[in-house]
Amino acid sequence: MSTSSLGPTLSPGPKLAIWKFTSCDGCQLTLLDCEDELLALAGQVRIAHFREASSHVLPGPYDVSLVEGSITTAEEERRIRWIREQSRVLIVIGACATSGGIQALRNFADVAEFRSLVYASPEHIDTLATSTPISAHVPVDYELRGCPIDRHQLVEVLCAFLVGRKPDLPDTSVCTECKRRGLTCVMVAEGTPCLGPVTHAGCGALCPAYRRGCFGCFGPMTAPNIPALIDQLRACGLSEVAIERAFRTFNATAPAFIDVTEVGIRVHDAPC
Amino acid sequence: MTHRARQLTVSSLARVEGEGALLITVHDGQVQRAALQIYEPPRFFEAFLRGRQHTEPADITARICGICPVAYQMSACQAIEDACGVRIDGPLADLRRLLYSGEWISSHALHIYLLHAPDFLGYPDAISLAQDHRDIVERGLALKKAGNAIMELLGGRAIHPINVRLGGFYRTPSRAELAPLAERLRRALDAAVTTVRWVNSFEFPDLELDHDLLAVRQEHRYAIDRGNLHATSGLAFDVADFGAHVVEEQVPHSTALHARLDGHRYLAGPLARYTLNSGQLSATARQVAAEAGLGSECRNPFRSIVVRAVEVVYALDEALRLIAEYEPPERPFLDVPPRAGIGHGVTEAPRGLLYHRYELDADGLIRSAIIIPPTSQNQGAIEDDLRRLVAANLDLDDQRLTALCEQAIRNYDPCISCSTHFLQLTVQRR
Repeated sequence: MSTSSLGPTLSPGPKLAIWKFTSCDGCQLTLLDCEDELLALAGQVRIAHFREASSHVLPGPYDVSLVEGSITTAEEERRIRWIREQSRVLIVIGACATSGGIQALRNFADVAEFRSLVYASPEHIDTLATSTPISAHVPVDYELRGCPIDRHQLVEVLCAFLVGRKPDLPDTSVCTECKRRGLTCVMVAEGTPCLGPVTHAGCGALCPAYRRGCFGCFGPMTAPNIPALIDQLRACGLSEVAIERAFRTFNATAPAFIDVTEVGIRVHDAPC
Repeated sequence: MTHRARQLTVSSLARVEGEGALLITVHDGQVQRAALQIYEPPRFFEAFLRGRQHTEPADITARICGICPVAYQMSACQAIEDACGVRIDGPLADLRRLLYSGEWISSHALHIYLLHAPDFLGYPDAISLAQDHRDIVERGLALKKAGNAIMELLGGRAIHPINVRLGGFYRTPSRAELAPLAERLRRALDAAVTTVRWVNSFEFPDLELDHDLLAVRQEHRYAIDRGNLHATSGLAFDVADFGAHVVEEQVPHSTALHARLDGHRYLAGPLARYTLNSGQLSATARQVAAEAGLGSECRNPFRSIVVRAVEVVYALDEALRLIAEYEPPERPFLDVPPRAGIGHGVTEAPRGLLYHRYELDADGLIRSAIIIPPTSQNQGAIEDDLRRLVAANLDLDDQRLTALCEQAIRNYDPCISCSTHFLQLTVQRR
C-alpha cells in the first residue's frame, strides 16, 4: 500500500470532494449508505464536489478527496493529476482505485479484440489498453480496500483524517477476522476453497459467515503466503485453471495476485 | 425569447449514477438535435466473461452496477440456469424475490429522496433539503436503510451481495432470523405510504409520452424477478425471443448501445411496469396509487417519482408477505450441472428490465455473453422527451430550460454506470 504522510491537521469545516473514475459507483454509494452518519458528517464538513449526490460544486483546493475507480482513458490520466494538485489528502476507495478492479482483466487480453466483441464500430470507443490503480499515476495518502468498501471502515477513515490521526484499520488477513468471530473454518471443516488466508481483512469474514469461501474482493493482505495457499486449494480439488481463475477477479492485477495469474502458478513449484 | 443562435453548457449533470453529456441544438426555434452523449469508459464485461465458469457471472456481473447489483445477479443466474435446464421455484425463488424487493426499496428511496426530490423543491441536494426539512430526509434515509437491511440479512451486504449463487444461496435464513426484519419493514411501510403522499404534492410539468412501453409480466404477481415480455402495443413474447425483437445499435455519440423494439423506440422502467401491470399491485399499493390520482396507466415521465413511491409500498408489502409465508428450503441451493446450450434471463431492475443471454459449452465455460441494461434501452426515449420538452418550452431562459432538461433526464433514474459516464448539457441555439 502506498501510504504517505497524513498531512497537517485539517481546519474546521474542511472541504470534502468525491470523484469517480472507471467503476460501478458502488464505493461512493457506500457514503450514501451511511444513513445514520450522513447528515452528521454533512454538518462537520463542506461537501464540495459529489456529483452523484449534489448539483452544488465548490472550487478547489480540497482538504480531503475520496477517489473511486481506475484509470482507463487518457482523459482520466489528466484528471487524476489535476485532482491530486487540488487535494491536501487523497484517499482512494475500493478495488478499482486500489488495484485496477475487474476491468483490469483487459490487461491480460487484447483490448482491440475486446472492443470489437462489445461494439460494432469500435473506432468510436476511447479507451486505454490497461486499467490501472490511482497509485500508478499520482501519490496517494491512504488506500481503503474492498469491492465494495465497507461502510464502517469508510466512516473510520473519514473520521481519522478529519481529526488528523491515522485510521485504525487492520491489514491482516480475513482469517484473523474469521477466528475472532468464532466461525468454523470452511476450508478445514468442509474442504471449501477459501482465499481468506491471503486476503486483506476488512469485511469481517463475511463469506465464511455465510458458509462460503472468501473470494478475495478486498485484495491481497500485506505479505501473503500464496504458495502455501495454492497447495491447500489443490488439496480442496481445484484444478490449476480454476486456481488461476480464483485470483483473476476484482483485484487481478494487485501485485501479489498478479504473480499467480501472470507468471503462472507453477512458478511457485519450480525447483530451485 | 428571440435568440436565434445560442449555446448553453452545464459541465456535468449531477444526481445521476454515472456521467454523460447532452447536446441540444436549436435553430430558428426548431430543435435540430437532442443527443444524450455517454462517455462512461467501457469496461468490457461481455468480453471478459468469455471463458469464465458458469458459476462466476453472479459475482462478476454484480460489479457492473453498485446501485442495482442484485438485478445483475438475478438476471445472470436465471439465464445460466435456463441454459442448464434448471428452474428455481418454491422458497428459493421466494427468497430471491425478497432480496430483489430490498434492492427496489433501497434504490427507489435513494432516487426519490436523494437524487430527484431536490429538483421538485428547488434544492441542489438532499443535504441542503435536510437543513430546512431534516425530518423528511431522515424518513427517506430510514426507508433506504430498511431496503438495505433486507439485502444485508439475505445477501450479506447491500452492495455486491455475497450470498447469491447459481441455484440459490450459500446459506438460507431461519424463520426466526427473518422475524425482526419484518418488524422493521412494517415501520417502513408507514414511511412509504407517507412518501407517496409527499411526492404527489409536487408540481409536475406537463408531458405525455407516446413511446411503446415494454415490461416484464409475471403471472399473478407484479413483475420483479421473472416473466415474459409485454408491450403496450400488444406485442408479447417469451424471453428466449428477446434477441428477435430487441436489437442494440451503436451510435457514434455514446459508449452505451441504443436498443430498439421491432425497429421502434420504446421505454422500460416504472412507467412501463405500472401501465402494464398496475392491476397486480397489492391492495395497499393500489389504494395509495388511486389516492395519488394515478389511473390504470401513467404516461407523464415527471410523475414517475410517484410511481416509484407506489412501487416502494408494493415492495414492502411483498417483502412482508414473503417473510410471513416463508418455510426454509431443505437445501440452500439446487445443483446446476453444466451442459452445452443457450439461456436467457430477464428481470425488472429498479430502473427497467435487464436482459442477459449466455452460451455455455459442455463444461460450463461461457462461450458468449450478451447483457442489455435498462439505461441503454431508455436512451432513445430520453432523447425524444428532451426534444419535445425543449420544443414546448423555448420561451424559458437558458437556466430554467437547462434545469428542466436535467430534471427530465432524472425522471428515468438513468444508471449510466451500467452502460456508461459524464453527462454534460450543451444547448446550442442558432
